[in-house]
Amino acid sequence: MANVLHIVVCAGIVPDPLQTLEPITTPTGPGLKNEMVLPAVLDPWAASALYEAAALASKNPGSKLWLVSLGPKAKLQQVMMTVAQKVAFELVPLDGPIGGFPDAHSTAAVLAETIAALPGLDREKLLLFGGWESATRGAGVTLQLVGERLGITDQFQGVDQIDLRDDGSFEVLERVEGGKHQVSICAGAPAVLGWATGNLAEPRNNPQVGMANMRTIMPALAKAKVAKLEANGLSYSSVSLPKQQRTTRVVKDMTPDQIAAELVEWIGAE
Amino acid sequence: MESILVLTHADESGSALTKASLEAVTAGIDLASRLSAPLTIGIIAADAATAASSLPSSGARLLAISGEAFAQARYASDAAAAEALCRAASATIVLAPGTSRFARIAAGVAHRLGGFVDTHITALSGTDNIEASRWFYRQRIEAVLSRGARPWFLLLDAGTHATYAGEPGPAQIENISVELPALRTTVSGFRAPTQGAQTIRPDAKILFVAGAGWTKKQPDGQAHVAEAGELILGFLHATSASLGSSKSLVDQGGEGNSVLPFLTHLNQIGQTGATPRHAKGLSTCCHGEEPHVVGWRFIGSRRAISLDPNCGWTRGKADVVYVADAFPVMAKLNALLEAAKT
Repeated sequence: MANVLHIVVCAGIVPDPLQTLEPITTPTGPGLKNEMVLPAVLDPWAASALYEAAALASKNPGSKLWLVSLGPKAKLQQVMMTVAQKVAFELVPLDGPIGGFPDAHSTAAVLAETIAALPGLDREKLLLFGGWESATRGAGVTLQLVGERLGITDQFQGVDQIDLRDDGSFEVLERVEGGKHQVSICAGAPAVLGWATGNLAEPRNNPQVGMANMRTIMPALAKAKVAKLEANGLSYSSVSLPKQQRTTRVVKDMTPDQIAAELVEWIGAE
Repeated sequence: MESILVLTHADESGSALTKASLEAVTAGIDLASRLSAPLTIGIIAADAATAASSLPSSGARLLAISGEAFAQARYASDAAAAEALCRAASATIVLAPGTSRFARIAAGVAHRLGGFVDTHITALSGTDNIEASRWFYRQRIEAVLSRGARPWFLLLDAGTHATYAGEPGPAQIENISVELPALRTTVSGFRAPTQGAQTIRPDAKILFVAGAGWTKKQPDGQAHVAEAGELILGFLHATSASLGSSKSLVDQGGEGNSVLPFLTHLNQIGQTGATPRHAKGLSTCCHGEEPHVVGWRFIGSRRAISLDPNCGWTRGKADVVYVADAFPVMAKLNALLEAAKT
């Protein structure tokens, strides 16, 4: 028997991981040099959450999937041109600052307020998805805070798998220390799941899905609310790139036997 | 004046504090001493009295929450317990280990107390004002930050402080009662990767990183994936090393099935993987730059075996790069390591 789920995925946008990043000071605090022109992608772990959510929704007819994303409207539009071709969703954009330096508590407050006001959302059926950490701030707290603000006390982080059962309960696998998963059984929605990589590959681009999504994405972007984030007493005394450069010894003339012998000595040394 | 609480929890035995918790105790003692602030340690465990036996010489007030409900790491019960400890301690600064158990609840508890949280803290500094160091953008930018608001929760990264090792003995603890909400989640256990042996060992001295080069065609025109797997596992067996992997290697199999069957996404290091802490790291057949730099941020001594003498990753990042074919080197290395054991 299928369960009707209302899945809300919180996902930010981040600079493409292969871009060189340089911190600068802006009037509003730390930022990245040329931040607005750096190519952006959907946050990788949050993207896993989106793909898992779409797979779950497709297996449970009648389910709904929202993607709530906070970022500069122009950058959101750029990223959505690609993301929209992957899976079907309803975008709920929030026009706000990009980057890892704004306070997570403020971000969570804005997201929670937006989710609570989603038309048609049944909070008893709510599964709140997102990445367990972002590729910007990497704090792993925003989703928790949103969940707490929405009164959800079944929360899971570092999720790699969810198996929904007929009665609405689900088994969930969370990453814990030592490369293991903790296995839990939850009675069902509402719950918060912060995803790690999951098990699904990135869906192929589907232009039809893209066109269907863009019909609602463009009007949603046009109406995106402006989100102002409070600092909450957070201040930065320094933001810098690591300066450590090692003096690399490049060894080109040793035989495998000699390399192996040197490595044995290195491994055994304290 | 600040008041410091260190939150700790027991390991799977239920009666001994985790290593990461004892590291947080060290950080708490250091900070309390520096600020001349009172220190409280809160313990969440099935058997907190026994777990506290490692702490009497800390000089801290010991608060404890015990019971079977706290044998399991679960949001609802752990958050309620941590909230009760924080309220009992009335702390302005709460330190906690960044374990999966506390990483799951810290933000929620901070919110319940009207406080704020910062995670992945690698160092605490300052005498008048507390400053915390942490990394942003997946270990690519380092920042020092502070907060005026209290209570301030700080989750400490594992391996950033020495493990507290005070004289063990009977400890005087204050038991704190906690009212649990209805529990809708049951922890049924742990599951290791089903494919092959456990290869992730956070306490290992050495991290072995396998790159996609292991699966590429060799000079004979053929790929030798099975042999690569044997060499990698042979090294792990001989050294008890932890295994890391580049994303490209894990992804090669697709749909969760790696071309090397013992590799999973949990082995992945770098931008979308882990940034583990080990004393030494040996990289083989890796040719990426930034993802590996990120994944190796907290590795002490680094060596690499690579066919590419101009690999951007190696220059300025590794201590030694052997320009060589990893297959014969690893075969010889494994043989030497096995011979040394016998």
